[in-house]
Amino acid sequence: MTSLAFDQVRVDYAKRTAVASFTDTVKPGEWLCIIGPNGAGKSSLLRSIAGVVPHSGRILVDGSPLTARSSRRRAQLIAYVPQLPVLPSGMTGAEYVLLGRNPFVTHFGRESELDHSMVDDVIDRLDLAALATRDVDTLSGGERQRLVIARAIAQEAPILLLDEPTAALDIGHQQQALELVDKLRREHGLTVVSAMHDLTLAGIYSDRLILMHAGHVVAQGPAGDVLRPETLGEFYGVSVRVHREDDGTIIVVPNRTTSF
Amino acid sequence: MSASMSMRGASRWWIPSAVVALACSLLLGLMIGPAGPTWWRVPLELVDRLPFFSVDSGLTATDWSIVWQIRAPRVVLAAIVGSTLSIAGASYQGVFRNPLVDPYLLGVAAGAGLGATIVITVNRSGTSSWIIDPLPMIAFGGGLIAVLVTYLLGTTAKGERSSTSLVLAGVAVTSLATAAQTFLLQRNSDVVRQVYSWILGRLSSATWSDVRLVLPYVVFSTVVLLLHRRLLDVLRVGDEEAAALGVNVSRVRLAVVIAATLGTASVVAVSGLIGFVGIIVPHAVRLVVGTSYRLVLPISLLFGAAFLILADIPGRVLDNPAETPIGVVTAFLGAPFFLLILRTRKNER
Repeated sequence: MTSLAFDQVRVDYAKRTAVASFTDTVKPGEWLCIIGPNGAGKSSLLRSIAGVVPHSGRILVDGSPLTARSSRRRAQLIAYVPQLPVLPSGMTGAEYVLLGRNPFVTHFGRESELDHSMVDDVIDRLDLAALATRDVDTLSGGERQRLVIARAIAQEAPILLLDEPTAALDIGHQQQALELVDKLRREHGLTVVSAMHDLTLAGIYSDRLILMHAGHVVAQGPAGDVLRPETLGEFYGVSVRVHREDDGTIIVVPNRTTSF
Repeated sequence: MSASMSMRGASRWWIPSAVVALACSLLLGLMIGPAGPTWWRVPLELVDRLPFFSVDSGLTATDWSIVWQIRAPRVVLAAIVGSTLSIAGASYQGVFRNPLVDPYLLGVAAGAGLGATIVITVNRSGTSSWIIDPLPMIAFGGGLIAVLVTYLLGTTAKGERSSTSLVLAGVAVTSLATAAQTFLLQRNSDVVRQVYSWILGRLSSATWSDVRLVLPYVVFSTVVLLLHRRLLDVLRVGDEEAAALGVNVSRVRLAVVIAATLGTASVVAVSGLIGFVGIIVPHAVRLVVGTSYRLVLPISLLFGAAFLILADIPGRVLDNPAETPIGVVTAFLGAPFFLLILRTRKNER
């Protein structure tokens, strides 16, 4: 199990600062969910961990800084499921999942038998055999999302980053995808950091929530502490009701404000 | 058999088939020509020249020198040019993730064209009588300089090179070099025909020394590109995701661009600008064998070589001795062929 720590992480783009200062420690095996309105800096934070945007400050994996590692080594530790993944047309499902083995293949090498059997294993475990030989172009949104998660699992990285993993899915597939991540997290001790818009789902699946607003952390803690009407009202500019079920589940419901 | 293994098995006949197609084209290229021995005697003579075989082909020494000194270098050069343009085109398309890209994208062609125009303008009487013909060298240099300028211009303020900024810089450099070339031609209209015939491309004057001249660059370029074929597949998910999968995207792109440019510049230097091959061959190959660069690169290499050998044959037989420019033939043959594949494949989807 692998820990992830942030020390004053800052992400700047050409004209604006996306993440101003982020300091936090994610425990090994923890599921941290970042919430916040559009443009709050959730995706930028995940992208900086994945190494696709530069950051200042320090991101530490098991105590040593990310920037000290080669991109290949970093990819062995961190798997990233982007918000809008690109599934190249003409590629089959199995070929796509095989891309996840890239961090373990030498620069000019080719995948070993081990890599191929690893991919077959992931396809079996995730019940994707029907998609393995199909062109990714012909798949539905839910099927594509499962393949992207399968690719990340094939990467065998102890840290899994999910950027809006359920945005394109219906309620059934949302549950399926998140259950899958949760199961894998428990089986393999994955450390998960996800950004999510659905506050109820965020509360159900994560151990801890961080609410970001304009690049800053404005609230954090268990779902019950963060998902409060006043807090959400202040930072999302919404009017919501929050229900607490008997089993502790927090449900966030928007209020209809128009009246007839 | 497992899902990820069976795909590899299904494609194992493509490369042997392409090798056979290339061998047939080579043989056909040696057999056909406006002068020289009867066509069927050539394969007999080739067999005769193999160790432990003796066949009476009836070829005279003159016949053989036509086959070996005139046809063979031309056929081999056609194979080299066709394969290099095709594999470079496929690689450029991969690294820029743009199917409309051809190997001339970053300004190789315009730079080489400008270089050739300068040489022809400065020395009207022709340079071929010189001990070392400077035209290919300067065309080669012009192509490389143009791409270097593109690469420097395509760098953003933060030192990043996105594929879009590179492509745009390539467009700018191409326009600039073409404008300079047009300006030179306007002022020296007496060489227009000479420059034009260079631009349209030709293999007619091919000699073994041309082959020796380009071979080191072409071999280097081809080996480097083939080594990158798996990484080109990873790049298909986009720069960001490829980076997250552990690929150093800018380094891979630089290596591929350097290798493809070196190969393209060297073949352009000896054969002029043969259009259409670098874009049509990789696409035809994709339509038949699928989109994975692991297959697209080697098959484009073999098929591109066969295509240009075949495209060169009508040029030297028809219209003799004027010779139709090879660039015209590739377009005439390539366009209908490509449309045919496009139509038949579309119906399957």
